[in-house]
Amino acid sequence: MVKDYSNVIKKIDSIASKIYDDLQKPEIPYLNLPTRSKSNIQFDEKLNVWKYGSNQIERSAKSLDGAMMLLRTMYMVDFIKQMIKVKKSSTLREMYYISEGWDLGKFHSQNESNLLAEDLEVITSCMREDFKLRPEEDGARVIGNLTIEELTRNNRKKKIHCQDDVGDSGYTIPYNVESEKINFKSIDADFIIAIETGGMFDRLVENRFDTSYRAILVHLKGQPARSTRRFIKRMNEESNIPVVVFTDCDPWSFRIFASLSYGAIKTAHISEYLATPSSQFLGVTPSDIENYKLPTDVLSREDIKSLKSELTDPRFQDQFWKNEIKLQLKLGKKSEQQALAKYGLDYVTDTYLPEKLTEMGMIKK
Amino acid sequence: MSKITALDLAKNQKEISVAEFFERNKHILGFGNSTRALLTSIKEGVDNSLDACEEVNILPDIYVEISNHEDGECRVIIEDNGPGVVKKQIKHIFGRLLYGSRFHAIRQSRGQQGIGISAVVLYGQLTTGKHATVISKIQEDRPAAVLELAIDTNKNRAEVINQTITHWDKPSGTRVEISIIADYKRGKRFVYDYLQSTSIVNPHAQITYKEPDGAIHVFERTSEVLPRKSVEIKPHPYGIELGTLIKIAKNSKSRKLSSFLKTEFSSMGDRTVNVVCEEAQLEKNLNPKDMTRNEFLAIHKAFKKVKIMSPPTDCLSPIGETLIKRSLKHETREISPEFIITASRPAATYSGNPFQIEAGLVYGGNLPKDSSVKIMRFANRVPLLYQQGGCITTEAISSIDWRRYGLEQKSGKGIPSGPAIFLIHMSSTQIPFTSESKEAIADVSEIENEIRLALRICARKVQHHIHKKVRRKKTKEKFELITKILPEIANKSSKMLNKPVPSLEAIITEIMDVVWIEDLIEYEKVKSNDVKPVQTTLIDEKMEKHGVGVITKSTIMVVNYKRKPQKFNLYVLIPEDAVVGMVEPKPVKISDKYIKWNLDDIPSADKVDIIFELAGLEEGDFDENDIYTEDINPSFVIGADKWEGD
Ligand SMILES: Nc1ncnc2c1ncn2[C@@H]1O[C@H](COP(=O)(O)OP(=O)(O)O)[C@@H](O)[C@H]1O
Ligand SMILES: [Mg+2]
Repeated sequence: MVKDYSNVIKKIDSIASKIYDDLQKPEIPYLNLPTRSKSNIQFDEKLNVWKYGSNQIERSAKSLDGAMMLLRTMYMVDFIKQMIKVKKSSTLREMYYISEGWDLGKFHSQNESNLLAEDLEVITSCMREDFKLRPEEDGARVIGNLTIEELTRNNRKKKIHCQDDVGDSGYTIPYNVESEKINFKSIDADFIIAIETGGMFDRLVENRFDTSYRAILVHLKGQPARSTRRFIKRMNEESNIPVVVFTDCDPWSFRIFASLSYGAIKTAHISEYLATPSSQFLGVTPSDIENYKLPTDVLSREDIKSLKSELTDPRFQDQFWKNEIKLQLKLGKKSEQQALAKYGLDYVTDTYLPEKLTEMGMIKK
Repeated sequence: MSKITALDLAKNQKEISVAEFFERNKHILGFGNSTRALLTSIKEGVDNSLDACEEVNILPDIYVEISNHEDGECRVIIEDNGPGVVKKQIKHIFGRLLYGSRFHAIRQSRGQQGIGISAVVLYGQLTTGKHATVISKIQEDRPAAVLELAIDTNKNRAEVINQTITHWDKPSGTRVEISIIADYKRGKRFVYDYLQSTSIVNPHAQITYKEPDGAIHVFERTSEVLPRKSVEIKPHPYGIELGTLIKIAKNSKSRKLSSFLKTEFSSMGDRTVNVVCEEAQLEKNLNPKDMTRNEFLAIHKAFKKVKIMSPPTDCLSPIGETLIKRSLKHETREISPEFIITASRPAATYSGNPFQIEAGLVYGGNLPKDSSVKIMRFANRVPLLYQQGGCITTEAISSIDWRRYGLEQKSGKGIPSGPAIFLIHMSSTQIPFTSESKEAIADVSEIENEIRLALRICARKVQHHIHKKVRRKKTKEKFELITKILPEIANKSSKMLNKPVPSLEAIITEIMDVVWIEDLIEYEKVKSNDVKPVQTTLIDEKMEKHGVGVITKSTIMVVNYKRKPQKFNLYVLIPEDAVVGMVEPKPVKISDKYIKWNLDDIPSADKVDIIFELAGLEEGDFDENDIYTEDINPSFVIGADKWEGD
């Protein structure tokens, strides 16, 4: 299946045209794009996710920084156009290294080039896959009673059962999870449980939680990659299986949940592709610290700062989050998923998860 | 108990010997301990050498050697290429205490600052029992005299122990060798500092210093020009003491009060003499020799009441900003300072004594950032190395808030800390020291005021520099933007779209929206017959001698990046010592401080090049243009400041 890139090229050329036309007018060239920050995200009622609001910033050649950004933008769109022409793709990291040859336009860190690639998505409303750019990070892992049909490199469709056909580490989610690459053939499960840490994922695998509770286990590997979020969203929407999120109990983990459920600030332009609005937070909650008397660490200064920042984050404004964040600030403590081992290795699968899932109505007594 | 009579007392009354006098006063004479003694000995010798050379217009070439015979004893040698000392004077000068030529003269000299070279001879004799040797040659074709001297301390007379002649290669000169007890280990740092500092304020002197271990330091000559000769002046009425007034009258040849006042004092014209006599209610025709103490008192009082012109100041011999800068640059070259600033005040007076303050500031480079700034104090080109805390220069520095000028200072008072060296030089016919040891300048409000004014000029220049640095950075960025980045953006976009590259001129004007001023300084070596210096205080002897000189060429580029034509005046500061050569385009004014141009209607996107050449300077003396504009909104201009008037 050959993808049609003509629309992408048209959009990319329009960026070059905008700059060129400005120069010809003559006017100091500039580009506008939405401000990509916490202060500029809004809840989209129709899509049920958080998207960028109407605040714009102007990148103008009036200042050195602005001109540099425009120059890099020109280099990047030219590079993308070339890749489309020669039918190649590159990782974000490769593009960063390629920029070494861009003379004045070269980036000083990969973060800069990643951000600009996202900017381009925002400006063109394309996805970076359209730009032939992919992340270098490998996707997360899945174990559960589901069968995936994946198009292999030699263009054959291969069915994979995520319990019988995989080892203990599970099925690895590829970076492209669109229907041209993978499809869900059969799913038989009551819920999907997205897990922050590898240690906890392995604990649930070893204790056979996927079979005993009819669960699909997904390892998020910290802040989940786009493909992981997209994968979970497709499972949730196509098979109508609820999603719960199981993380450590600290401000960074709450952001993992937010990006999965509401949409991440950095990728708010594509929240409707990535976010699963119906997903719920299972724990570990600050209340759990008290209820289960979990071992804790003291909140660091950065922890406190980001908890406070979450209090003003529009995505955390419901009563549940407000109460929990305030409680955590009051406790001054944080805890980890694996702290549950205090009560034995089976406690999490025999007691904690069943109790919490019952509370959430995911399993019946 | 029997009564002690005056006769009994008289038995114990006798003239005290110079040895006793010396012993009692040795701390204030600079021989208080064996560390100080080493420095004082060298200082007396070197100061004399410098004074003597300058007096006869010879560029001083001074050699200082310390050899360390055995522990605690040093042999100190000071040799110069000065005029030498006539043979019959040698024993008086070196073998008699308080025998000098400068004691009564009112002029700027170093001699005032020490007790004299014979004190060193005496100190050496008292501490080591050894004799001093003096070699002196006064004429090219005659042999040099060699005298071995001791001092008869009871009579305060020299004893010539031995006397010969010798062949000496020098055309003329003096060499003194004295053995003294001295703490070389602890004193060597002071000796080095003293010689280095001396070299800074005496750029016309070459000083070679050999240490006991054989190490040789050469403090090079950086100027081939002798300082202006200081002239002797008459005392000014404001500073005279009653006793001195009476003494001068006794020795005066004048028969009338009016001519006495006119000839024996400076600034006394006929009119002022009349006013003084009227104020004192004395006849102008009185014979000074017949005047009573009360009449002198009346004159003395009248002096204070009448307005008398300041004394002439041409008796002073300041170093000059260009030479201070050049010397500081030379001596701090290993530190590679960020900038060196100088300031010079016009001559002023305190109680009838003319004086002048010069200041210098070295900033940045490898200077330590977190210790107190270094303060170098000088009086009549002699470094002051002790009692920094009690000196008015230190007080003046401490009274200024340096925090705005890149230095740190607790609550804006006290000696600042940071990467800086301060230099203060006071020239005067009479330096008011705090004590006989002559290491600190006393708290005289006129002097403090002048020092402060000089420091404020420095501070302003520092700020100017800081602004300039910030502006340079911004300027560089903008320039990179319009010359590199923008054309590249244009290139890329047109290539992607297969269209011709658009012209950028209008956009560059719009982005810049300023008048842009940039400068460049180059130095060209030239043959002397190519340039004829017109008039200069720095006669370029080097050029005459070696047939080459340096032309400093400054190019200033003015580009109008505004949308409208611009018209304004442009000023560039020039050093006072420089001679202005070629200037293009034609300036409207050349003063001794600046060159001024009238720039008429520079069209938008157009450029004017201004070029001027300076002679009479060494390479690096003028290394920075100070550019100012007038009659244009200063915010329209990058690369120059607003002209604030002369
Ligand atoms: N190196 C020298 N060369 C020529 N003359 C000298 C030298 N040293 C001293 N003299 C003469 O001897 C005089 C006395 O010197 P000194 O005792 O040091 O007193 P002062 O320096 O105050 O005059 C000097 O004024 C100078 O005329
Ligand atoms: Mg002397």
